[in-house]
Amino acid sequence: MKIIKTCLTAVISSVLMFSPMAYADKWGDQFPHIKATGDIAGDCSYEEMSKKNYKGKTLKINTHAVPVIGQPTALHAEQFAKLTGAKVDVTHTPAGDLYAKAMVPFKAGQAPYDIVFGFSNFINDWKRYLAPVPKKYMNSTEMKDVTKSHIGVSSWDGTMYQYPVDGDRHYLKYRKDVIDNPEMQKKYKADTGKELRVPRTWKEYGEMAKYFNGWDWDGDGEKEYGSAEVMKKDDLMFAAFFSRSVAYAKNPRTPGGFFFDLDTMKPNINNPGFVEALGDWVEATKYVPPGGINFGLGDEIGSFGGGQTLFSFSWDDAFIAAMQDDSPIKNKVGAAPLPGADRVWNRTSNSWENQYNQAPYIVWGWAVGVAKKSKVKDMAFDYLCFFSNGANHQADLAIGNFGVNPFKNSDFDPNIYINTMGWDADIANSYTKTLLDMEKSKNRVFPLRVPGVFEFTSAVATGTSKALAGQLSPQEALDEVAKEWEAIVQRVGKKAVQDAYAVGVKMEDNKL
Amino acid sequence: MNFKQKYVFLFPGLFVLIGILIFPIIFVVRLSLSGWNSYNGLNFIGLENYIRLFTDDPRFWESFFRLSFLSVTTVILQYVIGFALAHMVWKDIKFQRFFRVLFLIPMMTTPVIMTVIWRTFFHESLGPVNDILSNFGMSPKWLTDPVLAKVTVIIVEVWQWTPFMFLLLLAGLLSLPKEPFLAAAIDGASPVRKFLYVTFPLMAPISIGAIIIRLIEASKIMDTVYVLTSGGPGTSTETSSFYIFIKGLREFQMGYAASMSFTYLIIMIISLTVIAKVLTKLMLKD
Repeated sequence: MKIIKTCLTAVISSVLMFSPMAYADKWGDQFPHIKATGDIAGDCSYEEMSKKNYKGKTLKINTHAVPVIGQPTALHAEQFAKLTGAKVDVTHTPAGDLYAKAMVPFKAGQAPYDIVFGFSNFINDWKRYLAPVPKKYMNSTEMKDVTKSHIGVSSWDGTMYQYPVDGDRHYLKYRKDVIDNPEMQKKYKADTGKELRVPRTWKEYGEMAKYFNGWDWDGDGEKEYGSAEVMKKDDLMFAAFFSRSVAYAKNPRTPGGFFFDLDTMKPNINNPGFVEALGDWVEATKYVPPGGINFGLGDEIGSFGGGQTLFSFSWDDAFIAAMQDDSPIKNKVGAAPLPGADRVWNRTSNSWENQYNQAPYIVWGWAVGVAKKSKVKDMAFDYLCFFSNGANHQADLAIGNFGVNPFKNSDFDPNIYINTMGWDADIANSYTKTLLDMEKSKNRVFPLRVPGVFEFTSAVATGTSKALAGQLSPQEALDEVAKEWEAIVQRVGKKAVQDAYAVGVKMEDNKL
Repeated sequence: MNFKQKYVFLFPGLFVLIGILIFPIIFVVRLSLSGWNSYNGLNFIGLENYIRLFTDDPRFWESFFRLSFLSVTTVILQYVIGFALAHMVWKDIKFQRFFRVLFLIPMMTTPVIMTVIWRTFFHESLGPVNDILSNFGMSPKWLTDPVLAKVTVIIVEVWQWTPFMFLLLLAGLLSLPKEPFLAAAIDGASPVRKFLYVTFPLMAPISIGAIIIRLIEASKIMDTVYVLTSGGPGTSTETSSFYIFIKGLREFQMGYAASMSFTYLIIMIISLTVIAKVLTKLMLKD
């Protein structure tokens, strides 16, 4: 009996062990993109998609330009077409035009695209024109793995309009081979009297960046610089500014709004917290690489990822680019939370609180929705579910310029990065811990998601860029932004903005 | 052919004219009287957008004066360089055909792609221009200094569009009558006097046409600014068309952008008419 039991156990174990492998190999061979993992079982896996038949149907997608998000969109479109027989037309659009490219036909009552890619902060303006994600997909294995905060970012008052395909937050990236180097620490101490460590505050960040600016500290024969940041006007620079502002202006003891005072809808954007952050940023123009104040996201990724700077902060892409096999600084970089500040502004008492403050900025991720007027909604949702299935998602995460970043609970397992991407264990651990801690933080800032959001962020970009260019002082620049914000609130309607903003405030105040 | 049939033949042309010219202008006017944006429809708000534009938007006027400076400067430079080049290949020189084609090449390239290449040239840390200049201890901030960024825009615009001026002026030179030049030669006029008193006056009507055409085109400058500087640093290279683009297609304030477009159209019609009159008076005084 015992022998039979042992044999049976062995047979069952073999079946369980080897059948997924055979299953994985089958799809991994056909689709080299997922070779590392093979197919991963789920409702939208390769196996499941191959059972669908969309022959004769066309799916039209508007996505970002290649490579960031545009490349994975096109790649998964090709795979989806191969599996289902569908015809998939992909249009690539520059980031700044994604909003209008969808919005113009939406307003005209048309749906030239079944799927529209954009940013998650478009949700308020777009939700009227998007189909809510059906229950079937909400209950899928893939969706169940999505973190709570990214379900929140993709939803509006409990209804999900944007299908999660990416998870973004800003965090600090630094050169581990410099910051953790005992010789450099000794030299820095001798020259400045201060400790060289992962910066806890933006002031420390600035001091270190300035010290390591303009000389060859890694011995590669080229000059290196302090920091690479997104400073180019209208190229997501407002997000970089908010990342620098949260430490000074997001006070956990003053709930009720980071961007506005929710009760009065008076902008907080020109309070001393934000002004201090802009002052730091203007100072940063002295320690960015030449031309750094014209750096867009692509330049920032290339600069830090190519080993040109000591620090960088923004989305994951620069970090992933630095950790790719072809990077000159693979396994020489570290991840840490955004620096904090030694004081934080209290907008209720109108005074500084002299205590350490740090706040994660969840930013927004790439977001994507299905047009309400699309005639192929099922196919569109299947495509999106397939886009972010386990195998595709893990493979996409490993490619820096794909722009796909962790948003699933399973993404925070450091073993993924150690085993499939060849990261050093301590780097993988610090990376996943940094991301996970942001998920757990109770002092987070979420993106502004109100009607006419682009008017607000565009005003911030214009004002802050004037300060960076030296056209205005930080206070003057932010006073101008505040005045513009007040005018926008009046134009859009105070109640409409207030109601929409209340949803975001609930998330920030940990009430949702 | 009876009277009605004539109208049938006129109809296709009329239809195209209405479709591509009259309707868009009427629609822009209607749009400018609405608050059409991401949260409002085509609601009628009267002159609100125009009042905002004239009383509460200094950025529009700043961008307009910046545009005036950029377009006048670029067109003057294009005219001078274009005339010089046309004059050079008008004469019998070696490789005349080669030069004529060579000078036209910039105009045949795609502006956006060429601007991307120029942006790479002028990249302050990776570009070849600063790489060369660094050997002489210089590293100009081509794209991040408010003054130099304007110079960079001017360089790119002049490079791209001087061939257009060259082409028109060369065509003009080739069509000039030979007699005045023969008379000047018999009188023993020097080359400079020949240019000042014969070539230049004879070229005046063509020059005015070329300058006006280029001014119209230069006043729409958008792609160079968009790719090269995004209007920055700050707002130092922001032009009217780029500002209208930001308001209309970035911020989706379609109604307000329409009011700016229409105002801009009126200003351009008036100012170009005045410029044409002044140029005619100056250049055709005899």
